[in-house]
Amino acid sequence: MPDSVSASAPQEVSLWRRVTNQGATTFAVLAVIFVLVPLLAIFVYLVIKGIGSVNLAFLTQTPKPPGEVGGGMANAIVGTGLILAIASVIGLPLGIGSGIYLAEYGRNRFGDLIRFTADVLNGVPSIVIGIAVYSLIVVRQKHFSAFSGGVALGIMMVPTIARATEEMLLMVPNVVREAAYGLGIPKWRTTLSISLRTASAGVITGCMLAFARVAGETAPLLFTAFGNQFWNLKLNQPTAALSLQVFTYAISPYDDWHKQAWAGALILIVLIVAAVAAVRITTSRGMMKGA
Amino acid sequence: MGVGIEVRGLNAWYGKNQSLNSIDMTVLANHVTAVIGPSGCGKSTFIRCLNRMHETIPEARAEGSVQVGEMDVYGSGSDPVEVRRRIGMVFQKPNPFPTMSIYGNVAAGLKLNGFRNRKQMDELVERSLKLAALWEEVKDDLHKKSGASLSGGQQQRLCIARALAVEPEVLLMDEPASALDPISTSKIEELIFQLKQHYTVVIVTHNMQQAARVAEFTGFFLMGSLIEYDKTEKIFTTPADKRTEDYITGRFG
Repeated sequence: MPDSVSASAPQEVSLWRRVTNQGATTFAVLAVIFVLVPLLAIFVYLVIKGIGSVNLAFLTQTPKPPGEVGGGMANAIVGTGLILAIASVIGLPLGIGSGIYLAEYGRNRFGDLIRFTADVLNGVPSIVIGIAVYSLIVVRQKHFSAFSGGVALGIMMVPTIARATEEMLLMVPNVVREAAYGLGIPKWRTTLSISLRTASAGVITGCMLAFARVAGETAPLLFTAFGNQFWNLKLNQPTAALSLQVFTYAISPYDDWHKQAWAGALILIVLIVAAVAAVRITTSRGMMKGA
Repeated sequence: MGVGIEVRGLNAWYGKNQSLNSIDMTVLANHVTAVIGPSGCGKSTFIRCLNRMHETIPEARAEGSVQVGEMDVYGSGSDPVEVRRRIGMVFQKPNPFPTMSIYGNVAAGLKLNGFRNRKQMDELVERSLKLAALWEEVKDDLHKKSGASLSGGQQQRLCIARALAVEPEVLLMDEPASALDPISTSKIEELIFQLKQHYTVVIVTHNMQQAARVAEFTGFFLMGSLIEYDKTEKIFTTPADKRTEDYITGRFG
Protein backbone atom coordinates (compact mmCIF):
# COMPACT_ATOMS: atom_id res chain seq x y z
CA MET A 1 0.00 0.00 0.00
CA PRO A 2 1.39 3.43 -0.89
CA ASP A 3 2.26 5.70 2.03
CA SER A 4 0.05 8.52 0.85
CA VAL A 5 -3.18 6.64 1.58
CA SER A 6 -2.22 5.30 5.02
CA ALA A 7 -4.94 5.66 7.67
CA SER A 8 -5.16 9.24 8.82
CA ALA A 9 -4.85 9.46 12.58
CA PRO A 10 -5.80 12.85 14.09
CA GLN A 11 -2.22 13.99 14.57
CA GLU A 12 -1.61 13.55 10.85
CA VAL A 13 -4.00 16.37 9.92
CA SER A 14 -1.73 18.96 8.42
CA LEU A 15 -0.97 22.22 10.16
CA TRP A 16 -2.40 24.16 7.24
CA ARG A 17 -5.76 22.42 7.52
CA ARG A 18 -5.96 23.05 11.25
CA VAL A 19 -5.08 26.69 10.77
CA THR A 20 -7.67 27.25 8.02
CA ASN A 21 -10.29 25.38 10.04
CA GLN A 22 -9.66 27.55 13.10
CA GLY A 23 -9.53 30.64 10.91
CA ALA A 24 -12.88 29.95 9.26
CA THR A 25 -14.55 29.20 12.61
CA THR A 26 -13.14 32.36 14.17
CA PHE A 27 -14.33 34.39 11.21
CA ALA A 28 -17.87 32.98 11.51
CA VAL A 29 -18.01 33.70 15.24
CA LEU A 30 -16.73 37.24 14.72
CA ALA A 31 -19.33 37.82 12.03
CA VAL A 32 -22.12 36.76 14.42
CA ILE A 33 -20.79 39.05 17.14
CA PHE A 34 -20.47 41.87 14.62
CA VAL A 35 -24.16 41.49 13.75
CA LEU A 36 -25.45 40.96 17.27
CA VAL A 37 -23.56 43.74 19.06
CA PRO A 38 -25.30 46.69 17.37
CA LEU A 39 -28.65 44.93 17.74
CA LEU A 40 -28.15 44.36 21.46
CA ALA A 41 -26.66 47.83 21.91
CA ILE A 42 -29.73 49.46 20.37
CA PHE A 43 -32.06 47.42 22.51
CA VAL A 44 -30.14 48.04 25.73
CA TYR A 45 -29.91 51.76 24.98
CA LEU A 46 -33.66 51.88 24.29
CA VAL A 47 -34.39 50.17 27.58
CA ILE A 48 -32.11 52.51 29.51
CA LYS A 49 -33.57 55.63 27.92
CA GLY A 50 -37.16 54.52 27.68
CA ILE A 51 -38.03 52.28 30.59
CA GLY A 52 -38.25 55.23 33.02
CA SER A 53 -41.18 56.71 31.10
CA VAL A 54 -43.11 53.46 30.59
CA ASN A 55 -45.85 53.35 33.19
CA LEU A 56 -49.57 52.65 33.36
CA ALA A 57 -50.45 56.17 32.26
CA PHE A 58 -48.17 55.88 29.23
CA LEU A 59 -49.93 52.70 28.15
CA THR A 60 -53.50 53.82 28.90
CA GLN A 61 -53.72 57.59 28.29
CA THR A 62 -53.71 59.80 25.22
CA PRO A 63 -51.09 62.55 24.80
CA LYS A 64 -51.33 65.69 26.93
CA PRO A 65 -50.86 69.12 25.36
CA PRO A 66 -47.30 70.50 25.51
CA GLY A 67 -46.49 71.93 28.89
CA GLU A 68 -48.68 69.51 30.81
CA VAL A 69 -46.84 66.61 32.40
CA GLY A 70 -47.91 62.98 31.91
CA GLY A 71 -50.15 61.52 29.26
CA GLY A 72 -49.28 58.52 27.12
CA MET A 73 -49.41 56.84 23.75
CA ALA A 74 -52.32 54.46 24.20
CA ASN A 75 -54.02 55.79 21.06
CA ALA A 76 -50.81 55.35 19.06
CA ILE A 77 -50.34 51.77 20.29
CA VAL A 78 -53.88 50.89 19.25
CA GLY A 79 -53.50 52.87 16.02
CA THR A 80 -50.35 50.96 15.07
CA GLY A 81 -52.18 47.71 15.73
CA LEU A 82 -55.08 48.86 13.58
CA ILE A 83 -52.90 49.99 10.67
CA LEU A 84 -50.81 46.81 10.81
CA ALA A 85 -53.96 44.68 10.85
CA ILE A 86 -55.19 46.41 7.68
CA ALA A 87 -51.73 46.08 6.12
CA SER A 88 -51.66 42.34 6.93
CA VAL A 89 -55.16 41.75 5.58
CA ILE A 90 -54.02 43.30 2.29
CA GLY A 91 -50.37 42.22 2.18
CA LEU A 92 -50.51 38.59 3.34
CA PRO A 93 -53.05 37.15 0.86
CA LEU A 94 -51.76 39.25 -2.04
CA GLY A 95 -48.13 38.42 -1.26
CA ILE A 96 -48.65 34.72 -0.67
CA GLY A 97 -50.98 34.51 -3.66
CA SER A 98 -48.47 36.12 -6.01
CA GLY A 99 -45.71 33.93 -4.59
CA ILE A 100 -47.79 30.84 -5.35
CA TYR A 101 -48.45 32.10 -8.87
CA LEU A 102 -44.78 32.81 -9.49
CA ALA A 103 -43.60 29.42 -8.23
CA GLU A 104 -46.30 27.13 -9.61
CA TYR A 105 -47.57 28.88 -12.75
CA GLY A 106 -45.17 31.73 -13.46
CA ARG A 107 -42.40 30.01 -15.43
CA ASN A 108 -43.04 32.31 -18.41
CA ARG A 109 -42.58 35.88 -19.69
CA PHE A 110 -45.50 37.21 -17.64
CA GLY A 111 -44.01 35.63 -14.51
CA ASP A 112 -40.66 37.26 -15.27
CA LEU A 113 -42.41 40.60 -15.62
CA ILE A 114 -44.10 40.21 -12.22
CA ARG A 115 -40.83 39.08 -10.65
CA PHE A 116 -39.07 42.15 -12.03
CA THR A 117 -41.88 44.44 -10.87
CA ALA A 118 -41.79 42.95 -7.39
CA ASP A 119 -38.05 43.48 -7.13
CA VAL A 120 -38.39 47.08 -8.28
CA LEU A 121 -41.26 47.69 -5.85
CA ASN A 122 -39.10 46.27 -3.09
CA GLY A 123 -36.51 48.94 -3.84
CA VAL A 124 -38.94 51.88 -4.04
CA PRO A 125 -38.31 54.27 -1.11
CA SER A 126 -41.12 53.97 1.41
CA ILE A 127 -41.92 57.68 1.25
CA VAL A 128 -42.67 57.32 -2.47
CA ILE A 129 -45.22 54.64 -1.68
CA GLY A 130 -46.68 57.02 0.90
CA ILE A 131 -47.03 59.76 -1.72
CA ALA A 132 -48.58 57.36 -4.22
CA VAL A 133 -51.20 56.20 -1.71
CA TYR A 134 -51.74 59.83 -0.70
CA SER A 135 -52.64 60.82 -4.24
CA LEU A 136 -54.64 57.65 -4.93
CA ILE A 137 -56.68 57.44 -1.75
CA VAL A 138 -56.21 60.39 0.59
CA VAL A 139 -56.74 63.08 -2.06
CA ARG A 140 -59.88 61.40 -3.35
CA GLN A 141 -61.36 60.77 0.08
CA LYS A 142 -60.26 64.24 1.15
CA HIS A 143 -59.02 63.08 4.54
CA PHE A 144 -56.18 61.13 6.09
CA SER A 145 -57.11 57.70 7.41
CA ALA A 146 -55.94 54.48 9.06
CA PHE A 147 -57.14 52.71 5.94
CA SER A 148 -54.79 54.59 3.60
CA GLY A 149 -51.91 53.97 6.05
CA GLY A 150 -52.72 50.27 6.04
CA VAL A 151 -52.82 50.23 2.24
CA ALA A 152 -49.40 51.89 2.04
CA LEU A 153 -47.83 49.39 4.44
CA GLY A 154 -49.72 46.49 2.82
CA ILE A 155 -48.27 47.39 -0.59
CA MET A 156 -44.80 47.41 0.96
CA MET A 157 -45.34 43.91 2.36
CA VAL A 158 -46.38 42.32 -0.95
CA PRO A 159 -43.05 42.06 -2.84
CA THR A 160 -41.12 40.70 0.15
CA ILE A 161 -43.76 38.08 0.91
CA ALA A 162 -44.23 37.18 -2.75
CA ARG A 163 -40.54 36.57 -3.38
CA ALA A 164 -40.07 34.68 -0.10
CA THR A 165 -43.09 32.48 -0.82
CA GLU A 166 -41.84 31.79 -4.34
CA GLU A 167 -38.34 30.84 -3.13
CA MET A 168 -39.73 28.57 -0.41
CA LEU A 169 -42.15 26.82 -2.78
CA LEU A 170 -39.36 26.26 -5.29
CA MET A 171 -37.41 24.50 -2.55
CA VAL A 172 -40.19 21.93 -2.15
CA PRO A 173 -38.88 18.91 -4.10
CA ASN A 174 -40.85 18.14 -7.23
CA VAL A 175 -41.17 14.50 -6.15
CA VAL A 176 -43.46 15.69 -3.34
CA ARG A 177 -45.78 17.33 -5.89
CA GLU A 178 -45.64 14.22 -8.08
CA ALA A 179 -46.64 12.09 -5.09
CA ALA A 180 -49.76 14.22 -4.71
CA TYR A 181 -50.60 14.18 -8.43
CA GLY A 182 -50.12 10.42 -8.39
CA LEU A 183 -52.84 10.15 -5.74
CA GLY A 184 -55.30 11.97 -7.99
CA ILE A 185 -55.15 15.20 -6.03
CA PRO A 186 -55.90 18.20 -8.27
CA LYS A 187 -53.15 20.77 -8.86
CA TRP A 188 -54.77 23.59 -6.87
CA ARG A 189 -55.25 21.27 -3.89
CA THR A 190 -51.69 20.01 -4.18
CA THR A 191 -50.40 23.58 -4.20
CA LEU A 192 -52.37 24.66 -1.13
CA SER A 193 -52.36 21.50 1.00
CA ILE A 194 -49.06 19.90 0.03
CA SER A 195 -46.56 22.40 -1.41
CA LEU A 196 -47.54 25.43 0.67
CA ARG A 197 -47.79 23.29 3.79
CA THR A 198 -44.36 21.79 3.18
CA ALA A 199 -42.93 25.28 2.67
CA SER A 200 -44.92 26.85 5.52
CA ALA A 201 -42.01 27.42 7.92
CA GLY A 202 -40.14 29.48 5.34
CA VAL A 203 -43.25 31.29 4.12
CA ILE A 204 -44.09 32.30 7.69
CA THR A 205 -40.55 33.59 8.18
CA GLY A 206 -40.93 35.70 5.04
CA CYS A 207 -44.26 37.08 6.25
CA MET A 208 -42.80 37.93 9.64
CA LEU A 209 -39.84 39.71 8.05
CA ALA A 210 -42.18 41.79 5.92
CA PHE A 211 -44.44 42.51 8.90
CA ALA A 212 -41.56 43.54 11.16
CA ARG A 213 -40.13 45.73 8.44
CA VAL A 214 -43.31 47.75 7.85
CA ALA A 215 -44.27 47.83 11.53
CA GLY A 216 -41.61 50.46 12.19
CA GLU A 217 -42.17 52.46 8.98
CA THR A 218 -42.78 56.17 9.50
CA ALA A 219 -42.42 57.84 6.11
CA PRO A 220 -45.38 56.18 4.33
CA LEU A 221 -47.66 57.07 7.25
CA LEU A 222 -46.82 60.79 7.18
CA PHE A 223 -49.30 61.53 4.38
CA THR A 224 -51.68 58.64 4.99
CA ALA A 225 -52.48 57.84 8.61
CA PHE A 226 -51.14 61.31 9.48
CA GLY A 227 -51.26 60.89 13.26
CA ASN A 228 -53.78 61.99 15.84
CA GLN A 229 -53.55 63.31 19.40
CA PHE A 230 -56.90 61.78 20.35
CA TRP A 231 -58.58 58.41 20.42
CA ASN A 232 -59.77 57.21 17.07
CA LEU A 233 -60.95 53.78 16.04
CA LYS A 234 -62.63 54.82 12.79
CA LEU A 235 -60.80 53.49 9.74
CA ASN A 236 -61.54 56.60 7.68
CA GLN A 237 -60.15 59.14 10.16
CA PRO A 238 -56.59 60.30 10.85
CA THR A 239 -55.01 57.79 13.19
CA ALA A 240 -52.05 57.85 15.52
CA ALA A 241 -49.19 55.39 15.08
CA LEU A 242 -46.28 54.70 17.38
CA SER A 243 -43.65 55.43 14.74
CA LEU A 244 -45.31 58.77 13.88
CA GLN A 245 -45.66 59.68 17.51
CA VAL A 246 -42.01 58.88 18.18
CA PHE A 247 -41.02 61.02 15.20
CA THR A 248 -43.18 63.97 16.30
CA TYR A 249 -42.03 63.81 19.91
CA ALA A 250 -38.36 63.29 19.08
CA ILE A 251 -38.13 66.46 16.96
CA SER A 252 -40.12 68.53 19.46
CA PRO A 253 -38.38 71.02 21.76
CA TYR A 254 -39.86 69.55 24.98
CA ASP A 255 -37.78 67.43 27.30
CA ASP A 256 -40.78 65.48 28.54
CA TRP A 257 -41.72 64.55 24.97
CA HIS A 258 -38.19 63.34 24.26
CA LYS A 259 -38.51 60.90 27.15
CA GLN A 260 -41.84 59.72 25.85
CA ALA A 261 -40.35 59.25 22.37
CA TRP A 262 -37.78 56.85 23.84
CA ALA A 263 -40.53 54.98 25.63
CA GLY A 264 -42.61 54.82 22.44
CA ALA A 265 -39.68 53.38 20.50
CA LEU A 266 -39.13 50.79 23.21
CA ILE A 267 -42.80 49.76 23.19
CA LEU A 268 -42.76 49.50 19.38
CA ILE A 269 -39.78 47.13 19.42
CA VAL A 270 -41.25 45.05 22.24
CA LEU A 271 -44.58 44.75 20.42
CA ILE A 272 -42.89 43.66 17.17
CA VAL A 273 -40.80 41.05 18.98
CA ALA A 274 -43.90 39.84 20.86
CA ALA A 275 -45.93 39.53 17.65
CA VAL A 276 -43.18 37.61 15.83
CA ALA A 277 -42.61 35.34 18.83
CA ALA A 278 -46.34 34.64 19.20
CA VAL A 279 -46.64 33.62 15.55
CA ARG A 280 -43.53 31.43 15.83
CA ILE A 281 -44.83 29.63 18.91
CA THR A 282 -48.33 29.01 17.57
CA THR A 283 -47.11 27.78 14.19
CA SER A 284 -44.34 25.57 15.53
CA ARG A 285 -46.89 23.77 17.69
CA GLY A 286 -48.62 22.44 14.57
CA MET A 287 -45.41 21.03 13.04
CA MET A 288 -44.48 17.37 13.12
CA LYS A 289 -41.38 16.31 14.96
CA GLY A 290 -38.61 14.92 12.81
CA ALA A 291 -39.92 16.69 9.71
CA MET B 1 -59.63 -6.47 -7.99
CA GLY B 2 -57.16 -5.37 -10.61
CA VAL B 3 -57.99 -4.68 -14.22
CA GLY B 4 -56.06 -5.27 -17.43
CA ILE B 5 -54.31 -2.63 -19.51
CA GLU B 6 -54.42 -2.35 -23.31
CA VAL B 7 -51.87 -0.02 -24.86
CA ARG B 8 -52.17 0.72 -28.58
CA GLY B 9 -49.97 2.99 -30.68
CA LEU B 10 -48.63 5.00 -27.75
CA ASN B 11 -46.21 7.80 -28.69
CA ALA B 12 -44.62 10.26 -26.27
CA TRP B 13 -42.50 13.37 -26.66
CA TYR B 14 -40.39 15.69 -24.56
CA GLY B 15 -40.56 18.89 -26.57
CA LYS B 16 -39.44 17.81 -30.03
CA ASN B 17 -37.70 14.61 -28.92
CA GLN B 18 -39.79 11.52 -29.38
CA SER B 19 -39.16 9.17 -26.50
CA LEU B 20 -41.74 6.44 -27.20
CA ASN B 21 -42.45 4.99 -30.64
CA SER B 22 -45.90 3.48 -31.12
CA ILE B 23 -45.97 1.04 -28.22
CA ASP B 24 -48.47 -1.84 -28.23
CA MET B 25 -48.71 -3.84 -25.03
CA THR B 26 -51.32 -5.87 -23.20
CA VAL B 27 -50.98 -6.18 -19.44
CA LEU B 28 -52.98 -8.92 -17.74
CA ALA B 29 -55.11 -8.18 -14.69
CA ASN B 30 -53.76 -9.36 -11.32
CA HIS B 31 -50.33 -10.11 -12.65
CA VAL B 32 -46.99 -8.44 -12.15
CA THR B 33 -45.49 -7.10 -15.35
CA ALA B 34 -41.93 -5.82 -15.41
CA VAL B 35 -40.51 -3.26 -17.80
CA ILE B 36 -36.75 -3.46 -18.27
CA GLY B 37 -34.19 -1.77 -20.46
CA PRO B 38 -31.07 0.41 -20.35
CA SER B 39 -31.10 3.97 -19.01
CA GLY B 40 -32.99 6.38 -21.22
CA CYS B 41 -34.85 3.65 -23.12
CA GLY B 42 -38.24 5.13 -22.25
CA LYS B 43 -39.36 2.63 -19.62
CA SER B 44 -40.15 5.28 -17.01
CA THR B 45 -41.81 7.47 -19.63
CA PHE B 46 -43.91 4.49 -20.62
CA ILE B 47 -45.42 3.87 -17.20
CA ARG B 48 -45.79 7.60 -16.58
CA CYS B 49 -47.96 7.67 -19.69
CA LEU B 50 -50.25 5.00 -18.26
CA ASN B 51 -51.59 7.35 -15.56
CA ARG B 52 -50.96 10.60 -17.44
CA MET B 53 -48.14 11.69 -15.12
CA HIS B 54 -45.97 12.22 -18.19
CA GLU B 55 -47.86 15.37 -19.20
CA THR B 56 -47.21 17.09 -15.84
CA ILE B 57 -43.69 17.82 -17.11
CA PRO B 58 -43.56 21.08 -19.11
CA GLU B 59 -43.59 20.48 -22.89
CA ALA B 60 -44.13 16.75 -22.51
CA ARG B 61 -47.03 15.15 -24.37
CA ALA B 62 -48.36 11.74 -25.34
CA GLU B 63 -50.69 10.34 -27.99
CA GLY B 64 -52.27 6.98 -28.51
CA SER B 65 -54.74 4.70 -26.82
CA VAL B 66 -54.51 3.33 -23.29
CA GLN B 67 -57.43 1.32 -21.99
CA VAL B 68 -57.37 0.47 -18.28
CA GLY B 69 -60.31 -1.78 -17.50
CA GLU B 70 -63.35 0.21 -18.66
CA MET B 71 -61.47 3.50 -18.64
CA ASP B 72 -60.18 5.16 -21.79
CA VAL B 73 -57.17 7.01 -20.33
CA TYR B 74 -56.60 9.29 -23.33
CA GLY B 75 -60.27 9.50 -24.30
CA SER B 76 -61.69 12.94 -25.05
CA GLY B 77 -63.76 13.11 -21.87
CA SER B 78 -61.05 11.68 -19.66
CA ASP B 79 -59.85 13.72 -16.66
CA PRO B 80 -56.17 13.17 -15.78
CA VAL B 81 -56.92 13.72 -12.07
CA GLU B 82 -59.55 10.96 -12.12
CA VAL B 83 -57.18 8.69 -14.07
CA ARG B 84 -54.47 9.10 -11.43
CA ARG B 85 -56.94 8.42 -8.65
CA ARG B 86 -57.65 5.01 -10.15
CA ILE B 87 -54.06 4.17 -11.12
CA GLY B 88 -51.71 4.42 -8.16
CA MET B 89 -48.03 5.19 -8.49
CA VAL B 90 -44.93 4.53 -6.41
CA PHE B 91 -41.82 6.50 -7.29
CA GLN B 92 -38.11 5.76 -7.42
CA LYS B 93 -37.19 7.83 -4.39
CA PRO B 94 -39.42 7.50 -1.33
CA ASN B 95 -41.39 10.77 -1.24
CA PRO B 96 -43.57 10.95 1.88
CA PHE B 97 -45.19 14.33 2.59
CA PRO B 98 -42.58 15.75 4.99
CA THR B 99 -44.90 17.80 7.21
CA MET B 100 -47.44 15.02 7.75
CA SER B 101 -47.62 12.24 10.30
CA ILE B 102 -47.56 8.60 9.25
CA TYR B 103 -51.35 8.53 9.47
CA GLY B 104 -51.60 11.84 7.61
CA ASN B 105 -49.47 10.50 4.77
CA VAL B 106 -51.59 7.41 4.25
CA ALA B 107 -54.84 9.37 4.60
CA ALA B 108 -53.69 12.28 2.40
CA GLY B 109 -55.16 10.96 -0.85
CA LEU B 110 -58.51 10.40 0.86
CA LYS B 111 -58.60 13.64 2.86
CA LEU B 112 -57.58 15.89 0.02
CA ASN B 113 -60.18 14.32 -2.23
CA GLY B 114 -62.90 15.21 0.22
CA PHE B 115 -63.26 11.93 2.12
CA ARG B 116 -64.65 12.79 5.56
CA ASN B 117 -65.78 9.58 7.29
CA ARG B 118 -63.33 9.34 10.20
CA LYS B 119 -64.05 5.74 11.16
CA GLN B 120 -63.83 4.42 7.62
CA MET B 121 -60.64 6.41 7.11
CA ASP B 122 -59.06 4.78 10.19
CA GLU B 123 -59.93 1.37 8.75
CA LEU B 124 -58.56 2.20 5.32
CA VAL B 125 -55.32 3.52 6.81
CA GLU B 126 -54.88 0.37 8.89
CA ARG B 127 -55.71 -1.90 5.99
CA SER B 128 -53.32 -0.08 3.65
CA LEU B 129 -50.47 -0.14 6.16
CA LYS B 130 -51.07 -3.86 6.71
CA LEU B 131 -51.07 -4.51 2.96
CA ALA B 132 -47.81 -2.59 2.69
CA ALA B 133 -46.36 -4.69 5.55
CA LEU B 134 -45.65 -1.63 7.65
CA TRP B 135 -48.45 -1.77 10.23
CA GLU B 136 -46.57 -3.70 12.91
CA GLU B 137 -43.63 -1.30 12.77
CA VAL B 138 -45.58 1.96 13.01
CA LYS B 139 -48.92 1.23 14.70
CA ASP B 140 -47.87 2.92 17.96
CA ASP B 141 -46.55 6.09 16.29
CA LEU B 142 -49.24 6.75 13.69
CA HIS B 143 -49.93 10.30 14.83
CA LYS B 144 -46.73 10.92 16.77
CA LYS B 145 -44.10 10.53 14.09
CA SER B 146 -43.58 12.31 10.81
CA GLY B 147 -43.47 10.20 7.65
CA ALA B 148 -40.03 11.63 6.96
CA SER B 149 -38.66 10.27 10.26
CA LEU B 150 -38.91 6.63 9.07
CA SER B 151 -36.02 4.77 7.46
CA GLY B 152 -35.73 4.73 3.67
CA GLY B 153 -37.25 1.28 3.29
CA GLN B 154 -40.08 2.11 5.68
CA GLN B 155 -40.71 5.36 3.82
CA GLN B 156 -41.09 3.47 0.56
CA ARG B 157 -43.57 1.05 2.13
CA LEU B 158 -45.37 4.10 3.54
CA CYS B 159 -45.59 5.46 0.00
CA ILE B 160 -47.00 2.13 -1.17
CA ALA B 161 -49.59 2.24 1.64
CA ARG B 162 -50.43 5.82 0.66
CA ALA B 163 -51.00 4.75 -2.94
CA LEU B 164 -53.13 1.77 -1.86
CA ALA B 165 -55.33 3.82 0.50
CA VAL B 166 -57.18 5.46 -2.38
CA GLU B 167 -58.07 1.94 -3.60
CA PRO B 168 -56.64 2.03 -7.12
CA GLU B 169 -57.17 -0.74 -9.68
CA VAL B 170 -53.61 -0.66 -10.98
CA LEU B 171 -50.34 0.04 -9.18
CA LEU B 172 -47.45 1.47 -11.17
CA MET B 173 -43.99 1.25 -9.62
CA ASP B 174 -41.11 3.23 -11.05
CA GLU B 175 -37.92 1.51 -9.82
CA PRO B 176 -39.41 1.29 -6.30
CA ALA B 177 -36.38 -0.42 -4.74
CA SER B 178 -33.48 1.20 -6.55
CA ALA B 179 -32.76 3.60 -3.67
CA LEU B 180 -33.02 0.92 -0.97
CA ASP B 181 -30.71 -1.50 0.80
CA PRO B 182 -30.94 -5.26 0.04
CA ILE B 183 -33.13 -6.12 3.06
CA SER B 184 -35.64 -3.37 2.30
CA THR B 185 -35.53 -4.41 -1.35
CA SER B 186 -36.46 -7.99 -0.56
CA LYS B 187 -39.31 -6.75 1.65
CA ILE B 188 -40.66 -4.65 -1.20
CA GLU B 189 -40.32 -7.54 -3.63
CA GLU B 190 -42.18 -9.86 -1.28
CA LEU B 191 -44.83 -7.20 -0.98
CA ILE B 192 -45.20 -6.85 -4.77
CA PHE B 193 -45.78 -10.58 -4.93
CA GLN B 194 -48.60 -10.28 -2.34
CA LEU B 195 -50.14 -7.24 -3.98
CA LYS B 196 -51.01 -8.93 -7.24
CA GLN B 197 -53.88 -10.74 -5.51
CA HIS B 198 -55.66 -7.39 -5.33
CA TYR B 199 -54.02 -5.24 -7.97
CA THR B 200 -52.47 -5.26 -11.39
CA VAL B 201 -48.85 -4.25 -10.92
CA VAL B 202 -46.54 -2.76 -13.53
CA ILE B 203 -42.98 -2.31 -12.30
CA VAL B 204 -40.08 -0.56 -13.97
CA THR B 205 -36.71 -1.88 -12.93
CA HIS B 206 -33.14 -1.67 -14.11
CA ASN B 207 -32.36 -4.73 -12.05
CA MET B 208 -32.92 -7.81 -14.20
CA GLN B 209 -32.76 -10.22 -11.30
CA GLN B 210 -35.57 -8.26 -9.70
CA ALA B 211 -37.70 -8.58 -12.83
CA ALA B 212 -36.99 -12.30 -12.88
CA ARG B 213 -37.95 -12.65 -9.21
CA VAL B 214 -41.22 -10.70 -9.11
CA ALA B 215 -42.74 -10.55 -12.59
CA GLU B 216 -44.70 -13.07 -14.64
CA PHE B 217 -44.36 -10.97 -17.77
CA THR B 218 -41.50 -8.80 -18.89
CA GLY B 219 -41.20 -6.21 -21.61
CA PHE B 220 -37.82 -5.10 -22.93
CA PHE B 221 -37.55 -1.48 -24.08
CA LEU B 222 -34.75 -0.05 -26.20
CA MET B 223 -34.54 3.51 -27.55
CA GLY B 224 -38.23 4.17 -27.08
CA SER B 225 -39.48 0.96 -28.65
CA LEU B 226 -40.86 -2.20 -27.12
CA ILE B 227 -38.48 -4.79 -28.53
CA GLU B 228 -39.86 -7.91 -26.96
CA TYR B 229 -42.69 -8.72 -24.59
CA ASP B 230 -43.33 -12.21 -23.29
CA LYS B 231 -43.43 -14.42 -20.25
CA THR B 232 -40.53 -13.52 -17.96
CA GLU B 233 -39.11 -17.02 -18.16
CA LYS B 234 -39.06 -16.89 -21.96
CA ILE B 235 -37.39 -13.45 -21.99
CA PHE B 236 -34.62 -14.59 -19.68
CA THR B 237 -34.01 -18.04 -21.15
CA THR B 238 -34.83 -18.03 -24.85
CA PRO B 239 -35.43 -14.46 -26.05
CA ALA B 240 -36.59 -14.16 -29.62
CA ASP B 241 -34.75 -10.95 -30.39
CA LYS B 242 -30.95 -10.68 -30.59
CA ARG B 243 -31.01 -7.26 -28.85
CA THR B 244 -32.89 -8.70 -25.86
CA GLU B 245 -30.37 -11.46 -25.58
CA ASP B 246 -27.48 -8.99 -25.75
CA TYR B 247 -29.05 -6.91 -22.99
CA ILE B 248 -29.87 -9.72 -20.57
CA THR B 249 -26.49 -11.31 -21.03
CA GLY B 250 -24.91 -7.99 -20.15
CA ARG B 251 -23.38 -7.14 -23.48
CA PHE B 252 -24.64 -3.53 -23.20
CA GLY B 253 -26.67 -1.25 -20.94
